[in-house]
Formats: sequence, C-alpha cells, structure tokens
Amino acid sequence: MIQKFDAVEKEALESLEKEQNNDIPQIYVGCATCGNATGAQSVVQTIKNKLEREGVKAEIKEVGCIGMCFAEVLVDVIKPGRPRISYQDVTAEKAEEIIDSYIINDDHRPDLALGFFGEGGPEDVERIDTGDVFKNQQRVILKNCGVIDPENINEYIARGGYRGLAEALEMKQEGIIGVLKDSGLRGRGGAGFPAGRKWESCLKPQADQKYVICNADEGDPGAFMDRSVLEGDPHSVIEGMIIAGYTIGSSKGYFYVRAEYPLAIKRLRKAIAQAKEKNLLGENILGTGFDFDLEIFQGAGAFVCGESTALVMSIEGNRGWPKPLPRPRTTEEGLWGKPTLLNNVKTFSVVPQILSKGANWFRSIGTEGSPGTAVFALTGKINRSGLIEVPMGIELKKIIYEVGGGILDDRKFKAVQTGGPSGGCLPDDKLHLSVDFDTLVEAGSMMGSGGMVVIDETTCMVDVARYFLDFTFEESCGQCVPCRQGTQQMLEVLNDICEGRGREGDIEHLIELGESIIKGSICGLGQTAPNPVLSTIQYFQDEYEAHIKDHSCPALVCKNLIVYHIDEEKCTACGRCRKACPVEAISGEKKVPHKIDQELCTKCGICFQECPERFSAVERLTGKENLAAAARGRLTDV
Amino acid sequence: MQEQTSKALSGFEGKTNEVIPMLQAVQNEIGYLPEEAIRDIADIIGIPESKVYGTATFYSQFYFSPRGERTIKVCLGTACHVRGGMQVMEALEREMGINAGETTQDFKFSLERVNCVGSCALAPVVMVDDDVFGRLVPKQAKEVLEKSDPEV
Repeated sequence: MIQKFDAVEKEALESLEKEQNNDIPQIYVGCATCGNATGAQSVVQTIKNKLEREGVKAEIKEVGCIGMCFAEVLVDVIKPGRPRISYQDVTAEKAEEIIDSYIINDDHRPDLALGFFGEGGPEDVERIDTGDVFKNQQRVILKNCGVIDPENINEYIARGGYRGLAEALEMKQEGIIGVLKDSGLRGRGGAGFPAGRKWESCLKPQADQKYVICNADEGDPGAFMDRSVLEGDPHSVIEGMIIAGYTIGSSKGYFYVRAEYPLAIKRLRKAIAQAKEKNLLGENILGTGFDFDLEIFQGAGAFVCGESTALVMSIEGNRGWPKPLPRPRTTEEGLWGKPTLLNNVKTFSVVPQILSKGANWFRSIGTEGSPGTAVFALTGKINRSGLIEVPMGIELKKIIYEVGGGILDDRKFKAVQTGGPSGGCLPDDKLHLSVDFDTLVEAGSMMGSGGMVVIDETTCMVDVARYFLDFTFEESCGQCVPCRQGTQQMLEVLNDICEGRGREGDIEHLIELGESIIKGSICGLGQTAPNPVLSTIQYFQDEYEAHIKDHSCPALVCKNLIVYHIDEEKCTACGRCRKACPVEAISGEKKVPHKIDQELCTKCGICFQECPERFSAVERLTGKENLAAAARGRLTDV
Repeated sequence: MQEQTSKALSGFEGKTNEVIPMLQAVQNEIGYLPEEAIRDIADIIGIPESKVYGTATFYSQFYFSPRGERTIKVCLGTACHVRGGMQVMEALEREMGINAGETTQDFKFSLERVNCVGSCALAPVVMVDDDVFGRLVPKQAKEVLEKSDPEV
C-alpha cells in the first residue's frame, strides 16, 4: 500500500515540476476571503493583464491567508535565486508599479515592501520570518496556508500531504488511537476534550454504519480560523477525516460548513474531487479495500448548531435543537442514531501530521497538559490584526504586544476577550498567564475555538457583556427555560444598567441568574452564555458600579449615559460639526461658538469625529450631574 | 415563480434530510421563500407544511418576503462592535429610513446585521453584496449608499 502511495506522490511531484517553471518569477497573491474583501481579485487581474501587455513571463498563484490581515492585499514575489519579498497594502496601481520596478527591472521597491522571508534579502527591507510577527509563532496547523495553491492537490502532496493517511492505512485502528492518545491532542473546538479518547469511544460500538463529521459551523462572532484553514489548506482537513473514517470504521463523512463561507465550500468541493481522482478518497482507497466518501452540508445560520446533537438534528433536516438530557453520547448514538465522530476543522487538520511525524514531535510543542499549538484570530484594538498560530503555553502579553504589535493608537490596554460568547475577558494583571486550555478556564475565561479580541480603554466592559449576551439570547434555541428566559432576564438587567436604570442589587442579581443558567441549561450554549457577564463582573465590577450608582460610563460608550457638548472656549466656529450633524441639532454661525441642542441630539457621535483634533472642542460628558444639567439645558453650568 | 421553484427543486429525491438544501436551493433561485415554495417542498417530501416552516424559521439564513436588489450587510462581529460598527449601522438606518432587517420601499436595498465577515482588520466593515467597505465612520453611510445604488 505504501508503494501505491509512493507512486501517487512521485506522480504529483513530477507533474508539479512540469507545471512549475522556477526559472521565471513566481507571484503569490493572498486570495482568501479577507484578501478578496480588500481587493485581491482585481489585483490578480491587473497583474495578469500587465504581464501580458508587457510580454513578461511569470507565474501567478492564488494562495490562502498567511495571516497578516493588517497588510492585505499581500503580494509576494520570488525572482529566481532571490528570497521571497512581501508587498503590503497592494492596490491595482501598486501592483503595476511592482511589476515595472521589480519584475521587469531590478528595483525591489523597499518603499512598498513589508519584508522578505528567509536568508539573503536586501538590506533596506526587514526580514519577516524572524521579526516580531513570526518569531513567536509556530506554524503547524497553518503551515500550508498562504504558501500553497489550495486548489492544487500536488502542492499539498509535495509538502508531505497524504503521507499521514498512507501510514495510517498500514496501522491497526487501536494503534492510531494509541498515537493520538500519546500525542495528548485535545479537540480544537473550544472545550479541549482529548481526541484519542473520543475516537476510541467511537471505535468500540458495533454498528452497520458510522459517521465522521467535521464541524465547520464557525459561529463565534469574531473568529475566522476554521474558514482560513478550509480556504488555505482544505486537503489537510480531508486527510484527517479519511484517517478518522478508517480508524473508527466509517465509510461516510460530512462537512458541516456555514453557508456564509462560499469560498471555503468551493475549495472543499474542488479538493474532494481531486482527492477522489488520485484514489485517496472514494472506493478502495489506495487499494486497501477501505471506502470513504465525503459530502458537504451547508449550515443555514444557527450558532447552537455548533453543539453536537443540534448539528446532527440539522443534517437530518430538522430545527437545530440539542437533544434533551439525559441524552446518549454522539459517539454512540449520533447521526441517524449511529455512532458519530465529530471534531473541529483544526483537530482533523493536525491529525495527519501527528501520524507522519509522531506523538513525541507533537508533544515537543506546547505544554504538558495542552500539547501543540493554538490558532487565534487576533482582532479588536490591536495594531496587527490577523490569523496567528502560537505554541500553547505562550504568555498572553507576548501575543498582544509582540505578535500583535500592541494597542491601536497607543491607547491603554483594558482587557482581552477569548472564547467568544462562551468565554470571558481578562484584565491587565492576567496578561502573564499562559495560553492553554486549563489556565484560561481557571482565570474565568476559556480557549474557545480561537477568537481573541483586544479591548482598550475606549471600550465599555458592561457594553461588551451586553453585546455577547444579546448574541446568545438571539441564538438560544428556546428549548429549555433557563437559557431562553434566563438570558432574556440577564439581558434586560444589562440593558437597564447601560441605559441608566440600573439599581442597587443588579450585580448580585446577574451573578445569581448567571449561576442558575449555567446549572440548569441543557447544552453548551446556555451553560456558557453567562460567562462574559460573570467574568466582566469579576474583573471590572467598578465599571458596573459606576453605571449603576453614578449613571456614568467611564469608557464614554453607553449612549444614554453620555451627552455631547461643545466647549465654547475651544470652539473656533469652523462649522464642520454643524454641517455634518444629520439631525441639525447644532446651531451657530461664523465666529459664534457652536452649541448642541440636547433635545434634538441623537448622540450619533459624528460631531465628535468631525471636530479636528487640534481643536477637540466637542467633548463627551458622563455621570448624573452632567446628564441632569443637559436635561435642564444648562450643561455649561457644570 | 412556479417555474423557478420547480427548477430549483428538480434535482432532489424528496428525502427528509433534504429540507434545508431544498430551502437553500429555492432561496438561491428566487431570493426568498414564497409560501407556494414551502408548500411544494412539503408535498415533495410528504411532510406537513408546518414542519417545513418550523425548520425554515429556525435558521437565520432564510427570508420569507421579497428582498431588495442589493443587500447591505453591516458586520457586528466582536471586532466591528468594539470599533464602532453599531454607530455605522445607526447612520445607515437613519439615511435609509428603515431598521436592520427591513427592505426599502423601492426594493433597492435590504439592510441586515451579520456576525463577522472575517475582515476584522478592516473593522468596522460593511458589505454590499460582494463589495466591501472597510474602516468606516458613520458619516460615510451616505457615500456607501451612493456608491451602491443599483441604478447607477
């Protein structure tokens, strides 16, 4: 069997050699959703047209996301014998310039370059792979993202792809599970359940049919890790699923993908067809007699479908309702009542590497309790937003200040949110904590599937808690009372606090409600929904109290608790705010300082943004006194 | 419309697990789910209409009334939320005279909130069909609408 794979690999390498001409420049354009959103497709078209017009030969490759979203559109150029140079913020015009200067002539344009990879780059350009962005990263799950053409299976095979499958097919089922257990791999969906044990519990039951499902219903509102893996390296996930099918004795797998991810779906379809063509998927895989087929199911937009029993209900054609307790484990009674193995995208995608490189290799990365790496979508008030992969155990502050380049506009850090609507917010004095499944839970947050949102002093923590609760309230399936009614009650209390109707005892009320919802809900959605509220109360109780007692929003966010006011001394009567105000609430004329009519003001904030920084005449005031003065129309008295 | 529905549903066998794919196929074809299409799906599968409605209304992807020519999606994922996405939404609502989830009377635009389009580095982000507007401030709402007008 290994010989059969060797032949497949040889053929892939040969055809790759034929396809690729390394004597001409190679141009890589990041064409994942994020790149396309920034205009990558028009850059690709411009480059193609320009090359044709100039009669220059070069290969253009549309690759996935390398993770540097802050610099999109990214275009990388490798000239024969030279290192890879990355160009950032590329537009159609800049793309033409790069071709003129660097591809046709020999000026590498340090003014447009972000940096270069590897050794021997030009001196006036920074080296990226040893710089701040990458030096703390370790690319395991993302190793192919942004590097290979995801629509070409040969490139995946050339980088060791499908060798893990070939090796697995030579092993006994128990042997594969043994390797997974030794590796200490924990599921990357968020809860971190040991993967080896899950696979084992799916191997045991006898059944005429078993299923493998890849959970790609990435619903956390601030996370796009799974999408990037599917778009940038679809074969790694497919390979992991085939191995899973062989291990538990299943011939059928499903991808449950959000319908909002059209590019991921397109790439998966293509990858599945290519794998079938090479006999790596389908009937009698590599002549072993093992059959495995994959189907894509498009989710229709329900966060609760991330829960295993709800996801299964959804594939069966029902409302995505989690099964009531006590319920059988999905591994014993899942899709159509059959044993079903459900793992996250990233879990499947790392399995092939564990099998080909060994459990010890995987254990050498990360911590004792959480081996391997963590993939995060690092966003929010941070200088370098992007997709990052770091070894487990890295300190939070390294991620934020080194990989992420610190807080936007040099503002003050306030909190970091992980785990999305199921997770929590950690403050400044927790930044020394290491990132792994257990440490984050102990601190009141969680790993989650990989959203990491950085929050600065201009963000209100009560508002953040309300934001997440509003999300879980909307997404609650409505089946069990603690979740359906409980999230609604919590949301109402939070709305009251944010809108100036907070009362003494509200904080205690929220804690009590939260704890009851956690205890009483039937699925993970309800059991974790209160976390964002409880963790913000734990670390930012003073902000809650300021809202309740003084009707003051220290971050100046909660609309009902702030008033906009123009400082007459600073106002130069330039008229910008007056012209920009959409409700004509600002009066004044040339040389007469402007004034806001509080009755007309809708607090949209446009005047505040319009007022030039050198004047900073529009100010936001908060607190009972200011609000009362504004209501009396006597704000200037304060 | 009957023709479009039949076309959308032609490739299905009528198994119970095809409800969601059938709903998706109809919506892809027509843009929303008209009553007749729900009835057709129920007939083909042989289940009550209420069951099809029950499934369809559970998921946020499905619409039950005609949509605007273009859909404006305001991202309110976490990154966009903390970077002022809601203010952009309010500005759009004000300019368009409708609330999120509604369609303008001339059926030019539908306005909706979405959770994370995955362009967090550009937050706050608005997508009009496939066109992306990033790093927006509320006063640009007018500009977004002008640039997206289907008749221009």
